[in-house]
Amino acid sequence: MAQLTLPKNSQVQTGRHHPAPEGAGQTKTFRVYRYDPEAPGNPRWDTYDVDVEACGPMVLDVLIHIKNTMDATLAFRRSCREGVCGSCAMNIGGRNTLACTHGWREIPGKDVQVSPLPHMPVVKDLVPDLTLFYAQYASIEPWLHTDTPEPQKEWIQSPEDRAKLDGLYECILCACCTTSCPSYWWNGEKYLGPATLLQAYRWLVDSRDEAAGERLDALEDPFKLYRCHTIMNCAQVCPKGLNPAKAIAEVKKMLVERVV
Amino acid sequence: MATYEFIDHKYDVVVVGAGGSGLRAALGCAQAGLKTACISKVFPTRSHTVAAQGGISASLGNMGEDDWRWHMYDTVKGSDWLGDQDAIEYMVRNAPAAVYELEHWGVPFSRTPEGKIYQRAFGGMTRNYGEAPIQRTCAAADRTGHALLHTMYGQSLAHETEFFIEYFALDLIMDEGHCRGVTAWKLDDGSLHRFQAQLVILATGGYGRAYFSCTSAHTCTGDGNGMVLRAGLPLQDMEFVQFHPTGIYGAGCLITEGARGEGGYLTNSEGERFMERYAPSAKDLASRDVVSRAMTIEIREGRGVGPKKDHIFLHLDHLDPKVLHERLPGISESARIFAGVDVTKEPIPVLPTVHYNMGGIPTNFYSEVVTRKGRNPDEVVPGLMAVGEAACVSVHGANRLGSNSLIDLVVFGRSAALRAAEALKPGDAQPELKPAMTDPHLARFDRFRNAAGATPTAALRLEMQQAMQEDAAVFRTGESLKSGVKRLKAVHAKRSDLRVSDRGLIWNTDLMETLELDNLIGQATVTVNGALNRTESRGAHAREDFPERDDQRWMKHTLAWFDDATGKVKLDDRPVHSFTLTNDIAYIAPKARVY
Repeated sequence: MAQLTLPKNSQVQTGRHHPAPEGAGQTKTFRVYRYDPEAPGNPRWDTYDVDVEACGPMVLDVLIHIKNTMDATLAFRRSCREGVCGSCAMNIGGRNTLACTHGWREIPGKDVQVSPLPHMPVVKDLVPDLTLFYAQYASIEPWLHTDTPEPQKEWIQSPEDRAKLDGLYECILCACCTTSCPSYWWNGEKYLGPATLLQAYRWLVDSRDEAAGERLDALEDPFKLYRCHTIMNCAQVCPKGLNPAKAIAEVKKMLVERVV
Repeated sequence: MATYEFIDHKYDVVVVGAGGSGLRAALGCAQAGLKTACISKVFPTRSHTVAAQGGISASLGNMGEDDWRWHMYDTVKGSDWLGDQDAIEYMVRNAPAAVYELEHWGVPFSRTPEGKIYQRAFGGMTRNYGEAPIQRTCAAADRTGHALLHTMYGQSLAHETEFFIEYFALDLIMDEGHCRGVTAWKLDDGSLHRFQAQLVILATGGYGRAYFSCTSAHTCTGDGNGMVLRAGLPLQDMEFVQFHPTGIYGAGCLITEGARGEGGYLTNSEGERFMERYAPSAKDLASRDVVSRAMTIEIREGRGVGPKKDHIFLHLDHLDPKVLHERLPGISESARIFAGVDVTKEPIPVLPTVHYNMGGIPTNFYSEVVTRKGRNPDEVVPGLMAVGEAACVSVHGANRLGSNSLIDLVVFGRSAALRAAEALKPGDAQPELKPAMTDPHLARFDRFRNAAGATPTAALRLEMQQAMQEDAAVFRTGESLKSGVKRLKAVHAKRSDLRVSDRGLIWNTDLMETLELDNLIGQATVTVNGALNRTESRGAHAREDFPERDDQRWMKHTLAWFDDATGKVKLDDRPVHSFTLTNDIAYIAPKARVY
């Protein structure tokens, strides 16, 4: 098996230690990935002894506490803090998840390691570059395609047909699934990845959509779809409890069914 | 000062913000053949519209008879008569078409057994001018904002809007009262940009983060409002801040009013459904200001729940688990994560929490920004529009009804685009920009970037948030507001002592949070000043020392200017429009507001 090492300038080195303030209560150590594109030097692991008694229950609360009271230079994305905007996706304790809905108490072990979503270029600290991820999402044309003239009022859709969208439309595009997928790590340039394929299926099964044929044509490619090898990391990590692997399997089934 | 160079862009229209109203405006402008840019500090689907839960109001009549006139009456009454009735008529009449448009774009609305859009009951929405609650709020389970925003982003990919994502807007480029564009900072490479445009549309949302506890996202810092104040233009009705009755106790996360629309109810420590006392007819579905005040009184009088008796219970445990699963899955999840509650078995601990800003940038119903100039209270500011929560049209007046915000976004996003299409010629010549127009933008940026005082941004922000939380709450008094004015003055003074630790230009969130704080300080200051000035109680502005509405003196919009250098506030007013848009409905005259 090939032995892989990171290039020298990507090796993560030991960084700064930030001790807890005096008079702190219970502390917990957070090892946080730091990378400053404007400073010389390698990425590093900074450690923060956090007074967790002064924090809310979520990892995001801890990160905000670090930024507010220990180290204002730490960069990360965050917005809604309730698991619907998908901004604060990162790798926490070895697992991709949302910092805002993941409790720090749930993480086993003494220290908690926090790093950006894996296998994406890092812009700074915990901020990955998601340009490719967004371009792939756009490539499946995530909007309703219809040829029939629009009705005066709404398209009629039975509750049963509408129920087919459950488990799909709730995706928040956080990229936890896609960046946890080994197939995507290897073939991210060509394989669309679980999040985008889940969205592809969301439009394929929408009873109002009239472009299933074209949508399937666009996916029938050795890489875009078929690099899914049912590893299932996607379903394991989805913070919304969705199952992209199942959606991908359904797309494959639709492709088989239209041949036979 | 370091030297900064701008990268220049030229467009017909630049939209700032990519939430519901910004996307709708940008889409409409692009469809009209205008070269359109949409810049946003977050990826579009991360805008706060994504967090809207309960639904979008429109008199479709899918659940029984409905009429736009009834919707109009409810909105006027909800606004405590401070809403402009021409704009309200425009909104409610255009609402059904706007919802059908969203459905045609693919929004996954929940469905009735016949396959039509499902509609639920919401606070203050009634049939036949206040007779009984009506189901008017179109819902996609309890994730309507998410469904809408993702669909609109998808739709805008189908059109030719150019997105500039993770660009932080700095200031408006003003040229003798005419808006010529906007400057912005690109986070991922640290470059500065000058977007020149015939028209700038601000869709930058509300400023919930001026308070310590709010349902609003961390990014809700009202950056457009801050830019408008620095451009020497006024904000309107900023004293009207909506407290949502059901934020999760502690975390502040939203539990939709749709929970009560589906049959949920509030109880106090005695297990009493106390809303029956405060709003005998609408009960738990009275409008938000009424319910938030009732809850606050219950807690004050010692009937709060929990060990500190400082919150209220929201019960859903009597509802069919199937209904919870189908109609309220999102809040069931939020209650589990943030309150540790299984909603099928236990009540959710809730508290009134800052949620929405009725005030904002004054506009007419074409979405054009207006200001008072001499005797003219409706002087249009050329080259500038505002939509969504950033704007004050004013359709929500002193209190917004639940589900009227999403419809506001799409109706006025569309109206802005229609007006732009009418007024602008694609590719029209634009005057040359002069350095003097943007030098102050750079000076401000550089000053904060190199701020080397003793007060960390987070500390000053906390001081401001605590002042707002304590002094401009559900109930206000002259005394609390005087204290608020004083404390905000102190916060403004400490701005020169700020310390920014990160000197970089790439993804410098320390600097970004500082620029946001600067935007918030101006807005918080005009909020408390407007509130102190308004000696009456109307909608969300409840003065204990002036408990009655005073139409004689206060049937008018507050206008507030902020002098950035001195922190001084200048107040004036604009008349409330006492006319409707057409002769199809007469002006609805003020009367006592009882639910």
